[in-house]
Amino acid sequence: MSARDLVAAVLDPELRVVTIEELGILRGVDERDGRVTVTITPTYSGCPAMDAIRADIAAALDAGGFRDVAVETALAQPWSTDWITAEGREKLAAAGIAPPAPATKVSLTLSVRCPRCGSPDTEELSRFGATACKALWRCRACREPFEQVKPL
Amino acid sequence: MTATVGRVLELGDDALIAAQRLSEWCSRAPEMEEDIALANIALDQLGAARLLLTYAGELEGRGRDEDDLAYLREDREFRNALLVELDNGDFAVTIVKLLFLSVFQRLVYDRLRAGDDRRLAGIAAKAVKESTYHAEHAALWTVRLGDGTEESHRRMQAAVDALWPYTHELFAGGTEGLREPWLAEVAKVLDEATLDRPADGWAPSGGRNGVHTEALSKLLAEMQVLHRAHPGATW
Repeated sequence: MSARDLVAAVLDPELRVVTIEELGILRGVDERDGRVTVTITPTYSGCPAMDAIRADIAAALDAGGFRDVAVETALAQPWSTDWITAEGREKLAAAGIAPPAPATKVSLTLSVRCPRCGSPDTEELSRFGATACKALWRCRACREPFEQVKPL
Repeated sequence: MTATVGRVLELGDDALIAAQRLSEWCSRAPEMEEDIALANIALDQLGAARLLLTYAGELEGRGRDEDDLAYLREDREFRNALLVELDNGDFAVTIVKLLFLSVFQRLVYDRLRAGDDRRLAGIAAKAVKESTYHAEHAALWTVRLGDGTEESHRRMQAAVDALWPYTHELFAGGTEGLREPWLAEVAKVLDEATLDRPADGWAPSGGRNGVHTEALSKLLAEMQVLHRAHPGATW
């Protein structure tokens, strides 16, 4: 496998159903003179998963025979939930996590569909969830609580 | 010290000390959701602080990294505004502090992201989205509690009155022009929350020059004790 394919398959440590590529945090994989330089970007400034992601990238490359690895962090352009791929969104929904609505500059409340029953009759329980990137919601139709990757 | 190092330190120290104060609510907030919210906001502040202090250390060129700056400086070397170091008080004080601070941070970051310093612009472009979210959260609580019960209104007004003097310091040294947009946004929230905007008068300052309240000394004692007791220790 190419270095690019190995890195692209690394799973996000907190959203274990999507890869870092599907989540949109993989910026680039550059292979030059036997050295692989991977560039990633954080979802949130203080995302505590970054160290785990760096370690997972290094381990995946090591398993594929790439020993000389550097993982760099880039901040600009800032990550947006709009970078989550269509496949990533489908996988999140299938795992019971509502994918984010398009990130808009205007502050407006968009209906979030329940990832379990599909009803748009949902309510926000808390603007913050178990990780920085998620909020807590509840479905009024099937009564199930669920998480949402909040638009950023 | 160049002006730039000082400016980056001010922003980094505001974020670091705010993170430490907010994290004191962890396991003590009035409800589970708010406990998670304040811890999340603290984490965002810490993330911004790490990026800013790392950059400040590089600009300074004396080989100090983020940990050296966070854990091995004395109170007189910190450049945070007094507002962020003040004790948490009750939940009303914490929320009003967060409102005042996060609206200010959003305006500062918004300006920096379009600035010439590309490194700072990158940090600010990330942090501005987070500050926007913090300000929205603080505004929701301010309205809910200010326009809530008699007791919650009383506590919110007391918090606004007590903290208002400390907001002046935010707008000194390059950020003067931000007071007007800050006032416009904060006044709108206070108005909706049926809270009175206090008169401008006493304007304590000193934080940007390293002259702090005793609240910072106590905060640093707790924040730094482990690192100082076990220098260089790693997990």
